[in-house]
Amino acid sequence: MKFEIPATQNPIDQTTVIGQPRDRIDGPLKVSGTAPYAYERHDAAPNQAYGYVLGAAIAKGRILSIDLKEARAAPGVLAIVTASDAGKLGKGKRNTATLLGGPEIEHYHQAVALVVAETFEQARAAASLVRVDYAPSQGAFDLAAEKERAVKPPSEESTPTDTQVGDFTGAFAAAPVSLDQTYTTPDESHAMMEPHATLAAWEGDKLTVWTSNQMVDWAATDLAQTLGIPRANLRVVSPFIGGGFGGKLFLRADVLLAALGARAAERPVKVTLHRPLMMNNTTHRPATIQRIRIGATKDGTITAIGHESWSGDLPGGGPEVAVQQTRLLYAGANRMTAMRLAVLDLPEGNAMRAPGEAPGLMALEMAMDEMAEKLGMDPIAFRVLNDTQVDPEKPHRPFSMRRLNECFRIGAERFGWSRRSQRPAQARDGRWLVGIGVASAFRNNLVTKSAARVGLDRQGVVTVETDMTDIGTGSYTIIAQTAAEMLGVDLDKVIVRLGDSNFPVSSGSGGQWGANSSTAGVYAACVKLRETVAQTLGINSSEAVFTDGEVRAGNRSVPLARAAEAGPLVGEDAIEFGDLDETHQQSTFGAHFVEVGVDAATAETRIRRMLAVCAAGRILNPKTARSQVIGAMTMGAGAALMEELAVDTRRGFFVNHDLAGYEVPVHADIPHQEVIFLDETDPMSSPMKAKGVGELGICGVGAAVANAIYNATGVRVRNYPITLDKLLERMPDAA
Amino acid sequence: MPNPSELALNRRDLMVVAGACAALPAMGASAHAQPAPVGAPVLHDVSFEVNGRRHALSIDTRTTLLDALREHLHLTGTKKGCDHGQCGACTVIVDGQRINSCLTLAVMHQNASVTTIEGLGTADKLHPMQAAFVRHDGFQCGYCTPGQICSGVAMFDEIRAGIPSHVTADLTAAVVASETEIRERMSGNICRCGAYSNIVEAMVEIGGRQG
Repeated sequence: MKFEIPATQNPIDQTTVIGQPRDRIDGPLKVSGTAPYAYERHDAAPNQAYGYVLGAAIAKGRILSIDLKEARAAPGVLAIVTASDAGKLGKGKRNTATLLGGPEIEHYHQAVALVVAETFEQARAAASLVRVDYAPSQGAFDLAAEKERAVKPPSEESTPTDTQVGDFTGAFAAAPVSLDQTYTTPDESHAMMEPHATLAAWEGDKLTVWTSNQMVDWAATDLAQTLGIPRANLRVVSPFIGGGFGGKLFLRADVLLAALGARAAERPVKVTLHRPLMMNNTTHRPATIQRIRIGATKDGTITAIGHESWSGDLPGGGPEVAVQQTRLLYAGANRMTAMRLAVLDLPEGNAMRAPGEAPGLMALEMAMDEMAEKLGMDPIAFRVLNDTQVDPEKPHRPFSMRRLNECFRIGAERFGWSRRSQRPAQARDGRWLVGIGVASAFRNNLVTKSAARVGLDRQGVVTVETDMTDIGTGSYTIIAQTAAEMLGVDLDKVIVRLGDSNFPVSSGSGGQWGANSSTAGVYAACVKLRETVAQTLGINSSEAVFTDGEVRAGNRSVPLARAAEAGPLVGEDAIEFGDLDETHQQSTFGAHFVEVGVDAATAETRIRRMLAVCAAGRILNPKTARSQVIGAMTMGAGAALMEELAVDTRRGFFVNHDLAGYEVPVHADIPHQEVIFLDETDPMSSPMKAKGVGELGICGVGAAVANAIYNATGVRVRNYPITLDKLLERMPDAA
Repeated sequence: MPNPSELALNRRDLMVVAGACAALPAMGASAHAQPAPVGAPVLHDVSFEVNGRRHALSIDTRTTLLDALREHLHLTGTKKGCDHGQCGACTVIVDGQRINSCLTLAVMHQNASVTTIEGLGTADKLHPMQAAFVRHDGFQCGYCTPGQICSGVAMFDEIRAGIPSHVTADLTAAVVASETEIRERMSGNICRCGAYSNIVEAMVEIGGRQG
């Protein structure tokens, strides 16, 4: 099905099942511990052996030799895989560094060996006996030190390196009120709870991997490419995923090494990346240095807005696209953005939840707060004044919908914004200095082709199959709701099967495109199935109404199941998107409100209240969508207050590479969170009229926390995370 | 190679203190006496109850309780998030107390009674805490969930037993299962999906019911 013109009335608009806050259909499996994750597939293949990964102990250089003698002789060892005996390996187009290092080492903890043994304990013990002799070489590890050497990376159509509109330099110089500030965000880790894990089994030249991956088709394509085997010989299965946040978008070492280990040991092998390996072995959100310049008239109208960002990555890698949202978020006739990329020999930088937007808005939305103060304006009034209903770079191109101002209005009322003192450090509650802050949430709505197959059997049971994944997002449930709505049955009549490369290729889970795109694919397949059902029952498909387990037309009413009496029926189709996302800017919007208390004596920050108001098209399931948003708010709170991969700039690695050293929010850090969704449908986005919320929720939160801290203390910290040591010296007198 | 008499002694020592944290220093001391990782695996017999069912295992002394559950008994509901006691995903209830099953060896639990998520309820017949998690959407990816639930069930027992926490204001009064108490006591169970707000709602509902 081609989606080329705005959606009109369709069965989804009935919202008898879709749009309802239904419990997750996979919930009982998850809470009872019976949802099978990749490392737990004892059922999938017999006689599984265990692989243990050894990571490189240097950041850059060469392996001179590897002595495997002792390890090979260790009890239970079945095979050892290294680059020198793994055969010729390619590299997936989405990987920057190779997944099995040697002799060249590109980053710390790059995998250099896999030890396969009868048991986990034996594999781990033997891995400690692998002796690697390294010749380290000089590397670059410090973004601030490399900033001047950063270059202009190749421009891509969706993310041009440099943009300019009007005369930014002239307008900024002429602006009566201006701001020129630099902000930094640190390297961050996805730190999802389930470590990357894979079970691999060969049957002849056919390989199956049970893994934990957000993008089944990407994983299959890149694994085939890396192993040099036909894609058709490969099956990737990933039905349950213990969190991803972008960390499982790509093929990683566990998959490749499990496949190589299973080939070498001639048995199924399972491999997990142990926790202390994950942060340096896999990808991370790269640190940024961002300079923001805003010029405005005295009444607060922005006349010039500029955003530059510096980040680093391995050779061949890309920039953190932190300036993208500044091209669209606020009006202003004169504008510029630029990204520069330094070569850093740290582990591979790549996408983490709202790549670009999350760190970009941490800077931009703090700058907006600072600018409002310079103007003597309320931060919400300043944003509202500079709202734009068109793409500011291309004024002929409107937003499909943009209700950002309404998000602020509703949020301000609900949160009690009017009680905020414009002057900082005025509110006190016992030992706590109290402040509230606000920020815009803004993330584009991406749409991508997505296919599904929907079957109907003689019991009237509907089965949906697509290689879509559920990484905690609620895909199982919203896909079931879509099929139920389209075919007029309730959720208990729908079975959803996800995450298998034998199923039609979906959008996968990433970039908050999954919910809208994958359900639109299911919609398309359901339309096909409805036609087949109507035809089978001798009903004119344009008159057929699917409801209450029946197909109705005029006076006729036939049980849906009857259509499959002679055998199961199947509808398969994909949604393919035309140019509505080019003629119209499709984005999602929100306003974050945060109240913090900062301890007057210790400068410890505690978040007291959080509210997000979101405008993101049709909300397919308010319960699971709300969970997406509160989870993103939590991760944003972590980014504001604690998350930072500490770089050892001499040895070139992230020092705090486990969950004790890399701090993420825990229960005690997060208060009750409130989310409001505006009631809207966006007919430009898909037949579902939905957009995404999973990344919108993290956009701007960090800045709202930072702005609240400033409002509480009068101390502006521009280097995230805002830990107490950065506040302490400048805190107001505790007395 | 390990000396058998030394191991026998260690095993007795361990059994005496099974379940107590004093067992860990005891292991540390004995580990010095053995060239641990190099030799052939040392297997020991151990038997304990899991979810009311007796299991007898001959198991590598290095095997954690967590791996005994997941890899030997195929009770994979208990999750391995870090294997270092940092995340709480492996929380199980041993002799009435919640522990990180990754931080304890299987052989230390002779005659212990272990309750895992599978022992609380099944997908068809959920424990009230499990059902509350579904109702309140107290999870997303589901990987920390069994640990959160086991931890929560044992936490309420601790509150009922009057055990105070860092945030208990009055040490002489009965401990109230407030949101603040729940957040403090649950902070050893990380949820990176960030379902905390919903988890606390689920627990308040259950805690209220249980008085």
